Amino acid sequence: MSLLEIKNLHASVNGNEILKGIDLTVNPGEVHSIMGPNGSGKSTLAQVLARRESYEVTAGSIMFDGKDLLEMKPEDAACEGLFMAFQYPVEIPGISNAYFLRAALNAVLKYRGQDEMDAIDFLPLLKEKMRLLEMDERFLNRPVNEGFSGGEKKRNEIVQMAVLEPKLAVLDETDSGLDIDALKIVAKGVNAMRNKNRAMVLVTHYQRLLDYIVPDFVHVLVNGRIVKSGGPELALELEEKGYSWTEAEPAGARR
Amino acid sequence: MSSTVNQINDLTQQEYKWGFITSIDEDRLPPGLNEEIVRAISLKKGEPEFMMEWRLKAYRYWAQLEQKQAEPKWANVKYPPIDYQALSYYSAPKQKKELKSLEEVDPEILDTYAKLGIPLHEQKLLAGVAVDAVFDSVSVATTFKAKLAEAGVIFCSFSEAVKNHPELVKKYLGSVVPVTDNFFAALNSAVFSDGSFVYVPKGVRCPMELSTYFRINAQNTGQFERTLIIADEGASVSYLEGCTAPIRDENQLHAAVVELIAHDNATIKYSTVQNWYPGDKEGKGGIYNFVTKRGKALGKNSKISWTQVETGSAITWKYPSCILQGDNSIGEFYSVALTNNYQQADTGTKMIHIGKNTKSTVVSKGISAGHGQNTYRGMVKILKGATGARNYTQCDSLLIGDKCGAHTFPYIEVKNASARMEHEASTSKIGEDQIFYLQQRGISKEEAVSMIINGFCKAVFKELPMEFAVEAQKLLSISLEGSVG
Ligand SMILES: Nc1ncnc2c1ncn2[C@@H]1O[C@H](COP(=O)(O)OP(=O)(O)OP(=O)(O)O)[C@@H](O)[C@H]1O
Ligand SMILES: [Mg+2]
Repeated sequence: MSLLEIKNLHASVNGNEILKGIDLTVNPGEVHSIMGPNGSGKSTLAQVLARRESYEVTAGSIMFDGKDLLEMKPEDAACEGLFMAFQYPVEIPGISNAYFLRAALNAVLKYRGQDEMDAIDFLPLLKEKMRLLEMDERFLNRPVNEGFSGGEKKRNEIVQMAVLEPKLAVLDETDSGLDIDALKIVAKGVNAMRNKNRAMVLVTHYQRLLDYIVPDFVHVLVNGRIVKSGGPELALELEEKGYSWTEAEPAGARR
Repeated sequence: MSSTVNQINDLTQQEYKWGFITSIDEDRLPPGLNEEIVRAISLKKGEPEFMMEWRLKAYRYWAQLEQKQAEPKWANVKYPPIDYQALSYYSAPKQKKELKSLEEVDPEILDTYAKLGIPLHEQKLLAGVAVDAVFDSVSVATTFKAKLAEAGVIFCSFSEAVKNHPELVKKYLGSVVPVTDNFFAALNSAVFSDGSFVYVPKGVRCPMELSTYFRINAQNTGQFERTLIIADEGASVSYLEGCTAPIRDENQLHAAVVELIAHDNATIKYSTVQNWYPGDKEGKGGIYNFVTKRGKALGKNSKISWTQVETGSAITWKYPSCILQGDNSIGEFYSVALTNNYQQADTGTKMIHIGKNTKSTVVSKGISAGHGQNTYRGMVKILKGATGARNYTQCDSLLIGDKCGAHTFPYIEVKNASARMEHEASTSKIGEDQIFYLQQRGISKEEAVSMIINGFCKAVFKELPMEFAVEAQKLLSISLEGSVG
């Protein structure tokens, strides 16, 4: 069974149709990369998957792990195992990273009927994940994302993913804003999480990320449609030629 | 976007959980206010002559203000004129004889406190909280007296203090808030029926948190308590008050006065969790909370710290202030004020720097939801002699929805050029993006909102005694329940 199955997805924001018929299937263990020009709808797709209310689905269907994703509230989708790393992570003043992440993990555990974790058990877990992403321990007690540099915010997103261990991770431009070393660290963290049950969707503009995290499939999103799909070599081709040539060809979403 | 805004506006108000009415016999005076009534209150309480004179002086001052219709009008709140002659100024649970122990308290009243979750019974007080409970106007029971007496701390109802420690009352009553201070303080001085009294002698650190719960029960009465706390040289005390009232359609007046006096090297920490009935969703009913609170940091190196969490009342008019008279004295004001539905709050502080090297800190967090109107009004005054004075003021407002309002009126008066003043202010809207971010991590919308708000209030909550910080967080979530979709 596929993990994510998007069929003929149309979505609007403030009455403007942004996604105009997307088909995409993601199986467990696969890594898909979505590329495309600015404003083409990549983040919109990510937000729709995360069930953001302001993005209205006007047609189509999305099945996530055999369940109707469109029936879920954002927190339910998260608890079902869908994680989105934000293109622009949000600051939550006054709430420490550690407190927030434990609350998040416990919400997920509770949803699944599992025992919640107390601070004593949770702290070593969080520290381990932070080490993986080479994040200093002082970030434990700093308010969520407040005053973090752009790169620190992105890294913090991946720490969260590592703690929450989702079935599907949608990473929206996690590479932008990272310096070369940080990019390698993040890629290492993401690769460490790749396994046969977990799938990932990487939204990116740059081949550079895909050098480190090699995707199984690459899709090109232009003007709300997937206009081309292929293997990792497609990303190289895009790097060389840009996007304009893809639009001429007929849309063919893979699988 | 729009759907969230709609949900934010969709204020389905959580029921006020403390709104029950207790049916007990009351002993009350007929409505109306005149010299006879003031005398009657004083007589009922068996007060010495000086108290009656003091009350009458206050009454005469008030009556002349009332004649001139000089009720304060400058606050940013709106309410219909109050008919002071329609109120009853004394209501007390009827008791047959003097109470000697908790067992003798009317079980109905004890039951009320149990419903309020107040640990009135001795066994529950192992937590180390001594409670004085004021029901309508009379102090019902003061617990934990023995242990305090051992330390030499006097903690009793105001009436008892008048009986047993008249010299202290005479010396300090009105020394911080004189009877002529303002309209509501004068009214309180004339008719107050009870309250709490604390005296911590030289060098004593009060061995436990002291706490008073105020409860308005009777109909058409005003509640006027008087609290007086004195920390003698080198003494320290932490005091907390909590307040609730039943749901009634008509507005009820609550005009309290609190006076704090800190001598050399003494510290007084005064915390309030105010949850008077705020009125219903349409703004009907609720308490008018018109309160004068002031502390005098009289001695050198003394410190007075106010922390308040104000979630209740239809209208709040309240400016806990510090007179920093002693050299090196410190004044602090930490406040969270929440207005939901049609609540209005005009609150803040006054820091009057008189002594040298005096320091004050003001941290105010205003939260407005529904049609709530929240005003911060603060004054920092640096007098001529206050060389080296410092003030830090931070004043943040958080808006939930788009029908509420936040207003800030800071007044600064500096007469000594060496003063250092810092002022920060911000207004923000609770972000749909913040809520969504937390939701995306599995946290429900309600919890997300309460988490964001607790984060916003953190600088104030950390000033509350531990167990009350938890209570305050819960209270805030309950007061906002349903205000965000
Ligand atoms: N809340 C919104 N209100 C109005 N328009 C929006 C909103 N969100 C997205 N859009 C519009 O939808 C289009 C797609 O935006 P989206 O963020 O999905 O693009 P993107 O492919 O992620 O671009 P980028 O590569 O720049 O991140 C853009 O034209 C954008 O302006
Ligand atoms: Mg984007």
